Amino acid sequence: MGRFIARRLGLAVITLILIITAVFFILNVLPGDPARRIAGPFAQQEQVDIIAARIGSNDPLATQYWRVLKNTATFDFGTSFTFNKPVREILFPDLWRSAKLVILALILTIPISIAAGIYAARRKDTFADRAVVTMGLASASIPEFVSAAVLQYLIGVELGWLPALALAPSGSSFLVELEHLLLPGIALAVVYFGYIARITRNGAIKAFASDYTRTAYMKGLAPRQVVRRHVLRNALQETVTVIGVAVGYLFGGLVALEIVFNYPGLGRRIFVAAGDKDYPILTAGVILIALVYMVFTLLADLTVSWMNPRSRQGAGT
Amino acid sequence: MTAQPSFEPIQPALEVKDLHLAYNVRGIPRAVLRGVDFSVAPGEAYGLVGESGCGKSTTAYAAVRYLPSNGVITGGQINVGGEDVTKMSTSDIRTLRTKHASMVYQDPSGALNPTLKIGRQVVECFTVLGHDKEKARQLARKALDEVRIADPDRVMDRYPHQLSGGMQQRVVIAMALASDPELLILDEPTTGLDATVEAEVLDLIRALRNDHRSAVLLIAHNLGVIRTMCDRVGVMYAGKIVEEGNAVQVFEDPQHPYTVGLLRSLPRHGVRKTERALFSIPGTLPQIGTPLPTCVFVDRCVIADDLCRTEEPPVVDVRDGHFTRCHHVDRLDEIPEPPADDSDRTLDGRIVIKLHQVSKTFKQQRHEVPALVGIDMRLENGETLGLVGESGSGKSTLAKAILGIHAPDEGSTISLDDEALAGLSSARSAAEMGAMQIVFQNPDSALNKMWTVRRILKRTVTKLTGLSGKAADEKVETLAAALRLTPRHLDMRPRQLSGGLKQRVAIARAFAGDPRVVVCDEPTSALDVSVQAAILNLLADLQTQEKTSYLFISHDLGVVRYLADRIAVMYLGRFMEVGTTDQIFNGPHHPYTEALLSAVPSVDGSTAVRIRLHGEIPSPANPPSGCVFHTRCHRFIEGVCDVTEPPIVYVEDNHRMSCHIPLDELRRLQAMDEGTAAQAET
Amino acid sequence: MTIETPPESGAAQPEVIDMRSEKKQARRERLRLLLRRPSFIIGSVILLFWVVCAVFGSAITPYHPLSDFDVSSQRPNAAHWFGTDVLGRDVLSRVMAGARDVLVLAPLAAVLAIITGTVLGLVTGYFRGAVDEIIGRFIEAILSLPAVLLALLVVVAVGNSRPVVIGTIAVLFTPVVTRTIRTAVITESRLDYVESARLRGEGATFIMFREILPNITGVIIVELTVRIAYAVFTVATLSFLGAGIQPPAPDWGLAIADNYGLIQAGQWWPTLFPALAIASLVIAANLIADSIESVVSS
Repeated sequence: MGRFIARRLGLAVITLILIITAVFFILNVLPGDPARRIAGPFAQQEQVDIIAARIGSNDPLATQYWRVLKNTATFDFGTSFTFNKPVREILFPDLWRSAKLVILALILTIPISIAAGIYAARRKDTFADRAVVTMGLASASIPEFVSAAVLQYLIGVELGWLPALALAPSGSSFLVELEHLLLPGIALAVVYFGYIARITRNGAIKAFASDYTRTAYMKGLAPRQVVRRHVLRNALQETVTVIGVAVGYLFGGLVALEIVFNYPGLGRRIFVAAGDKDYPILTAGVILIALVYMVFTLLADLTVSWMNPRSRQGAGT
Repeated sequence: MTAQPSFEPIQPALEVKDLHLAYNVRGIPRAVLRGVDFSVAPGEAYGLVGESGCGKSTTAYAAVRYLPSNGVITGGQINVGGEDVTKMSTSDIRTLRTKHASMVYQDPSGALNPTLKIGRQVVECFTVLGHDKEKARQLARKALDEVRIADPDRVMDRYPHQLSGGMQQRVVIAMALASDPELLILDEPTTGLDATVEAEVLDLIRALRNDHRSAVLLIAHNLGVIRTMCDRVGVMYAGKIVEEGNAVQVFEDPQHPYTVGLLRSLPRHGVRKTERALFSIPGTLPQIGTPLPTCVFVDRCVIADDLCRTEEPPVVDVRDGHFTRCHHVDRLDEIPEPPADDSDRTLDGRIVIKLHQVSKTFKQQRHEVPALVGIDMRLENGETLGLVGESGSGKSTLAKAILGIHAPDEGSTISLDDEALAGLSSARSAAEMGAMQIVFQNPDSALNKMWTVRRILKRTVTKLTGLSGKAADEKVETLAAALRLTPRHLDMRPRQLSGGLKQRVAIARAFAGDPRVVVCDEPTSALDVSVQAAILNLLADLQTQEKTSYLFISHDLGVVRYLADRIAVMYLGRFMEVGTTDQIFNGPHHPYTEALLSAVPSVDGSTAVRIRLHGEIPSPANPPSGCVFHTRCHRFIEGVCDVTEPPIVYVEDNHRMSCHIPLDELRRLQAMDEGTAAQAET
Repeated sequence: MTIETPPESGAAQPEVIDMRSEKKQARRERLRLLLRRPSFIIGSVILLFWVVCAVFGSAITPYHPLSDFDVSSQRPNAAHWFGTDVLGRDVLSRVMAGARDVLVLAPLAAVLAIITGTVLGLVTGYFRGAVDEIIGRFIEAILSLPAVLLALLVVVAVGNSRPVVIGTIAVLFTPVVTRTIRTAVITESRLDYVESARLRGEGATFIMFREILPNITGVIIVELTVRIAYAVFTVATLSFLGAGIQPPAPDWGLAIADNYGLIQAGQWWPTLFPALAIASLVIAANLIADSIESVVSS
């Protein structure tokens, strides 16, 4: 087990370096002077030079690259161009706000999706199964900002049941905060229902058709016991992996959703930074998202190997 | 234990009455079972035999009502302990499965839940019977002990994948017997296991059956297994039992053309290719749902006439409890015996392939795993060398080294016609590659599904012989004709062909480059016996025509005996014994050979001594000291076998073995054992 | 072609016809299976509708999507079924015309990703070893980031144009395709026919492209349809974020971006209809993908 984790962490470091390199490449090496990009096409050359000096874009590329690597290693991502504040102080509160939204969405979606997936698998090829499959397909098909816009209109504006904007006034109680987050949470839950229910259904169909499930039925176990003791553990391995990946993507992947609900999360922050050409925030934001992704996929893999001891052998490739 | 006459007042453990069953395929019901009738008395063992697809397993699963969702019982009854399973409620079915009927299946690795420890899975069988956790645990330990698992506590703490196939199957058997069921259904319980392990599992089942007095319904394609295990046997064809009777009587004196064909297609009583060809039943099993209003076997029967096509055959009683469904029981001797073989098989003694000190070491996570150790071997022109041994003994690795799939270690030499060959096939010339080809076990995997047969053959001809255009086309057609493939087959894709036809295409491909040597890696083990017979006949014919040499790998000693001129017995990457087929079968044997031979359940009834190898084949990464076989040898001499490597002893010319025991001693011991065995038989 | 062959080759003739008809039959059988699936029919009808809109554009819209201005912000009514936007343009016309860009960009990006992904998947899956490890790291790196975010980054750096959008989406989708294809290739490579090809001296290129590739076409077709659906999704999102299609094009994502702020003020129609349009197109693509997958895998 320890060896498995060590190998995974080693690979994660390599991947991270690759990501940093890619981001650095996109922002600094591709044609165009970053300082000029920041200053805008009509700025005086002097202004551009001042900016270049401040952000160090005239330094040799190697120096700049080394700076980014060092910043990541020390978790000190430098200072934002636009806010003149340490990037850390800006990004971590954003990350936390995104996390709240993600957690809520997962709480809403996981139990329902898994239940729906198992239910559909047990009634494979019936009307109920087809309904779940089609609903899942549809819900996974709709971009989250589309469902967000529709929900915002229907529930937030037309019916007025929930606040249409996601950010509660500062100092609000937990419940008020929750109330504000509910709408974007539902929008997200809708998207992820599709993925999770479908993957659970596929896993469960395989598990139901397996020989060990037959053994369980032949022991005379009640269907519910068969599902709980024998099917679930096998059926949900793929689901766990998908949830891991999904969670990884949710942090910062929700650019459009956060914009629609005007919610100051990590995604929106990066979007704004892109517009402002705030390179330190952009770089740090992307790296942070990659880190979160890696943590969650690793957690998912560990969970899977806990669920299925056989997958421990040869894991990590 | 003899057959229970049908008027016996005791209620049968299982009674199947005129069972009809269909699978719905796209809304259309297709008949699979067409009136199956049989019963199994309490404590009796009943065997069902027949080709795959004849409905054996479907019958078994119907008995516990575990059918796929499209399977519908369309008529008849299945009584277990007097109650009709077809009419039971779901909760009655559960009670039936919990208490009265159990099942053991093929592929034990799939039958156990990979995510749960063995302990939990076995304990569950007892908690479902109403025992509390603690009691259930005790009973589980006892159950594992009963199936001769040496250290139940340790095994209970393991996951299925940490156990060998034989161990897994014991666990499954322990679970099946937990409820002391009246009916135990065994569906190919030893298929896929090594003969040595199979023998142990069968012994175990036999012993437990006596203790538990369970009735057994055994399904196996291996007729030897059925014969050694069952009191009575039913021969099934296309969803109907065509013959039934005492197992010995059915196998010795079959009374239905199908049974006759099935038995004649096996190489029985030590028959060799030099004596005669094997019988093969023409045609194939009809597809499910095909209407068969009269005799189900009529389309493949050599003695069928108009009567068979117009009238359903009567049930003919041959003797007490032995019946057949045939119009022409009196004409069975008209079924032609394959002619005696008169072809010239004399060998010219030229050596085609020579291996000198061939070793192959794999590296696994920085560990060295010697898979082949110092193999010396030669293969003469037109000769067949049979390669036998348990799985993991290195048979396939040896074949792959010869073919150049794996490069052997430094210092190994493989030469073809006295020319040393490069280690990897990619470094060999086209002619060298063409000279050595392979027929794989599974033709589905061996043929590209998207290519037509013609393309497969033509490409191979072009690559290996350099022929192109018309010449290549002609060669393809000659090849096809030699393998009895019609031009129509050439334009089909593999999925349109039956298993036997696919294997013929694979053989044709192997012969495309006029090979000197063809490796046959279990070429018939995925096929039914009647198809196997046809393939073996073809291989034997091709050999006489082309003077090709075969390296024939098989776990089926009967098949090896039929086809091979010489046999090499492998264990842990070493040759334990090499000799002519007669020498190997007549002895004196290497103790390992002795054990292998005695493990095989024979259709001809068993006379051999029962030697059981215990434990698993050791890991090649850690071979035992001295003689590698000493850990499992029943003739192990302490202080000798575990210390020094055995010398190579020549029994006769061409017959050598590696054993410490002096030859005379071996002869004496083996003669003695045979004597006691003969006594025990009578 | 076979009908015109001279009579002397007549012996071979029936077989040739036979083979072709068998091939055709298999294809027809598969098509028949597809047509029996309601999800395939529904998906195709929706897709066809949008393709017609994309092809004919302003020729069939009730008003010109860019240059007809009426009273602004009308609710849906008889003259403007979907209402008008703040500039007084007909929303229905704009929604219909909005299909064009996305239906050009998304399939192109998906096809590019499929081509590169298939090649990479074949190479990594067939050779394994070091090549696989190295390419695998790059794939992992790209997959660690949400696609939209990476696209955003590239557009910031390189600027915005259709080729950039297509290229970026293609690059971002390649890793996923590579993974899928690689898995399929590994499964195929374990089959004996591949070994058999090596044993007659075939080179790696031949084995990958002539032996293995035909056996994974099913996987590729399914992957292509799924990727098209995702590409529609991604193009819409990028346009919404201002990093995709640029104004004044009547693109759906763009329309939502321009108008979602007005929802609070009760003007839902300029947002809702483009939103439904996106949803319908992605769902249609996915319905088709799904039915193809079940037909291919059965």
